Amino acid sequence: MSNVITLDENAESLVKIRDLHFQRGSKQIFRGIEMDLPRGQITTIMGPSGTGKTTLLKLIGGQLKPAKGSIEVDGQNVPKLSRSALYALRKRMGMLFQSGALLTDLTVFDNVAFPVREHTDLPESLVRHLVLMRLHAVGLRGARDLYPAELSGGMARRVALARALILDPTMIMYDEPFTGQDPISMGVLLDLIKTVNSALGLTSIIVSHDLHESMSISDYVVIVSDGVVVEAGTPEALRASESPWVQQFLQGKSDGPVPFQLEAPDYRDDLLGAKHG
Amino acid sequence: MNSRSVEILVGVFMALFFVAMAFLVFKASNLTSLSGAKGYELSAYFENIGGLRERAPVTAGGVRVGQVSQIEYDGETFQAKVTLTIDEQYNAFPEDTTASIYTAGLLGEQYIGLEPGAEDEVLMPEDEITLTQSALVLERLIGQVLLNR
Amino acid sequence: MVDLLQRFGRGWIGAFERFGRATLFLLQVIIGLPSLFGRGFLLVKQLYSTGVMTLLIILVSGLFVGMVLALQGYNSLVRFSAEEALGQFVALVLFRELAPVLTALLFAGRAGSAMTSEIGLMKATEQLAGLEMMAVDPYKRVYAPRLLAAFIAVPALTAMFGAVAILGGHLVGVEMLGVDAGAYWSQMQSEVSFRHDVLSGMLKALVFGFVICWIAIFEGADCIPTSEGVSSATTRTVVYSSLAVLGLDFVLTALMF
Repeated sequence: MSNVITLDENAESLVKIRDLHFQRGSKQIFRGIEMDLPRGQITTIMGPSGTGKTTLLKLIGGQLKPAKGSIEVDGQNVPKLSRSALYALRKRMGMLFQSGALLTDLTVFDNVAFPVREHTDLPESLVRHLVLMRLHAVGLRGARDLYPAELSGGMARRVALARALILDPTMIMYDEPFTGQDPISMGVLLDLIKTVNSALGLTSIIVSHDLHESMSISDYVVIVSDGVVVEAGTPEALRASESPWVQQFLQGKSDGPVPFQLEAPDYRDDLLGAKHG
Repeated sequence: MNSRSVEILVGVFMALFFVAMAFLVFKASNLTSLSGAKGYELSAYFENIGGLRERAPVTAGGVRVGQVSQIEYDGETFQAKVTLTIDEQYNAFPEDTTASIYTAGLLGEQYIGLEPGAEDEVLMPEDEITLTQSALVLERLIGQVLLNR
Repeated sequence: MVDLLQRFGRGWIGAFERFGRATLFLLQVIIGLPSLFGRGFLLVKQLYSTGVMTLLIILVSGLFVGMVLALQGYNSLVRFSAEEALGQFVALVLFRELAPVLTALLFAGRAGSAMTSEIGLMKATEQLAGLEMMAVDPYKRVYAPRLLAAFIAVPALTAMFGAVAILGGHLVGVEMLGVDAGAYWSQMQSEVSFRHDVLSGMLKALVFGFVICWIAIFEGADCIPTSEGVSSATTRTVVYSSLAVLGLDFVLTALMF
């Protein structure tokens, strides 16, 4: 199967991954992944649990080094970058962690202000404006004096989004933004991701296995399984896909190309106490 | 905890540190050895210094006037060479001053006692005290008593 | 038998590998130290959570240790009618050994373990990864201020421990047991050398503070980011740093006195 599938030949891609190999311990997680993520659009990377979707985000962010292969972000090969170049690149990337990753000893306001205070010498009045703008955009201006421990999971993620946006990044990566959210905060997050992406001209990469939610806002979907890209394309193209694997994944059937039963000795023999091991 | 009270408490902490250091410096120890002992050096040769050690006190009339700064063995005279550092203010010991090694109490620490003589000439820095009296070594004393009987 | 040998060998290789990683980690932290110039507020915050938070336990322990020393010392010295030497005895024992060692052990238990669990939790809740993705270097922002703070706090706490313990010794020796106050202080002053005894003790404290903090932040940064991982890393911090303090104390004593 061809692993390089581009949505639109004209759309310039922001992230180009070629022949990516990565292993953790003896477990081979990626075996030659190739993908192009289009600039200015929302891309969702999906796949069964344990396929290393979060790992992929960490590789793009340069927190992990691949065994082999290249990851180009805006023309720069991340694994080969020097430390300072990598840090410069990261200022243009936002990342939203599953837990929000807010600093627990700072208030919401200070958390959002944190990257600005770390990287710039802007006067405090300007910092205040920037922070309040971002907090207003995520609807949490009223929570500025709370500590992260006092926020609900969905609110923590919205604050983290405000923080990720404060340096005006070119792209944002979302790690499982929808897990464990009630329908209302799910709707809020979906709306936010979509409006933020179009209003600020960002490129968004979402890692998720919440199928319907993420497909509803994505322009482009990549399905990863077993270390390779299985299928990629627009949500419509995927729904029309003839691959039985994709159909099983999209419809959530319990049995199919991915078997319900983990490989095991013959059931009959096992029950009858035949020797094993 | 706001940053103002954090800063205040850290200020208190550091102030306590300085107070404690000042206490250790002025109340609980002697600083003389830190400044390289402000004073001048005299030397004295002894047949036997017994248990005298460096930093032992040097007294005159029972008052501490300095300390032993160095002890070495002189291979030419076969004697122990003791260097004394005398505090600057005591700079008028006569030339015929005697240096003796005494023991504080029966088994106590050994120290050097200076007994000023009567000469007008005064000991200058780096001079040698020629009149010395060695330490009383208990075993030798007992031996002499036994032999003389 | 061969299996046993293999496991033994693997244990050693693992230990060496970990030590190597810890050393590289320390180098990176030290490289990050200069970035603290002009960012004193980070240091102040860490001085608060290491120094100020440990202050009370240090003062209380110091007082009691001084009192016990005076009591024990008096009982031994009075047999040789040498109770005038009590001040000297208390001060020398304190400055050379007890103040730096006990302060370091208490610091490891109070501040070292807190440091490990804080960093471990930051790792478990992705705060460290978050910092990295915000292009903030955790070596400069998180580890370096802690190392410098411990480097300052442990000698400071040692000095306070010593001072309070000497006052505790005075309380018991002079006020309760009736040793002459003049003898207590003058014997101490004449026999305790600032350079040889007090400063050597401070030097020990500096080394201890550095090593404890190194262990604490490395264990925190290197822990498995789960609740069990953090708790076992915290235990390791206390155990390793206590052992390191006692072992280093022997080496330093052999070198200095």
